[in-house]
Amino acid sequence: MKTRESIAIRSALPSDLDIIIALDEVGPEEEKPSYWRGIFDHYVKGGKKDRIFLVAETDGEVVGFIVGEVRAWEFGSPPCGWVFALGVSPKSRGKGVGQRMFEEICRRLKQGNIATVRTMVDRNNKETLSFFRSQGLRTGRYIELEKEID
Amino acid sequence: MKLNKGSLFALFAVLELASDSRRQLSTTDIAEKYGISSHHLAKVMRHLVHAGLVQAVRGVGGGYRFAGNVSRTTLLDVIQLFEMLESELDVPNHGSKAGDPIVAELKSITREIDELTKAVLDTITLETALKSTRKRSATAGDIPSRD
Repeated sequence: MKTRESIAIRSALPSDLDIIIALDEVGPEEEKPSYWRGIFDHYVKGGKKDRIFLVAETDGEVVGFIVGEVRAWEFGSPPCGWVFALGVSPKSRGKGVGQRMFEEICRRLKQGNIATVRTMVDRNNKETLSFFRSQGLRTGRYIELEKEID
Repeated sequence: MKLNKGSLFALFAVLELASDSRRQLSTTDIAEKYGISSHHLAKVMRHLVHAGLVQAVRGVGGGYRFAGNVSRTTLLDVIQLFEMLESELDVPNHGSKAGDPIVAELKSITREIDELTKAVLDTITLETALKSTRKRSATAGDIPSRD
């Protein structure tokens, strides 16, 4: 059952660091604290409008996060919103938390005159890819390429 | 990518039934709505029942009902019941060895394309596809878009 009414979205605070580390399912445990401290320095404490770090709360408890920023002129791409991290606590999935956070980050990007939002997700991460698809994202103009460096 | 008729008919049927999982429809109902062969659709429906995506309801007013998970089942799950979605190279049986490295490279490239195709289809759930098709129906005045 959807309980969108009880979900509150707000900008992340420095005091959210520990809960975000706990919610994050990406990367090895030992590397998370230093990674997230760096992200908090840039996206929470930086105070820049083109860097957005939001958290979702239900009943005062942080149950999700989304992080993005405006990137411009990478290989000629006009300024666009990039979402590069998204997490929802397993017990809060399927309740519209991700959708509310994504809608809010898009709203803030649009306020900054950004018309496009973009992301990059591992093709095996079906849950996250399906989520972005459900929000209307499609394969974009830019193609990700990579190689093992000799 | 070329989808065969079996996949297309299966997607018509599954999306039609999944749009209201309480509703039962006969093969004829679905075939008439989409203007497709009910004989061919009947064969497709048997595959879908076997895969557990639809359930056959017997008796008067019987038909088929959606039995999958609309937010978990993807377009690829349906399509792969009917085809492999793998590119084929029409390599001559008695070709010269000189072509082997080129064929190997082309196979590697088509494999890359096939993996991307599958990755796209495997992340579009029936729920997302229904949402998008409803939007198209609304903007096209209920006439399905052909693009």
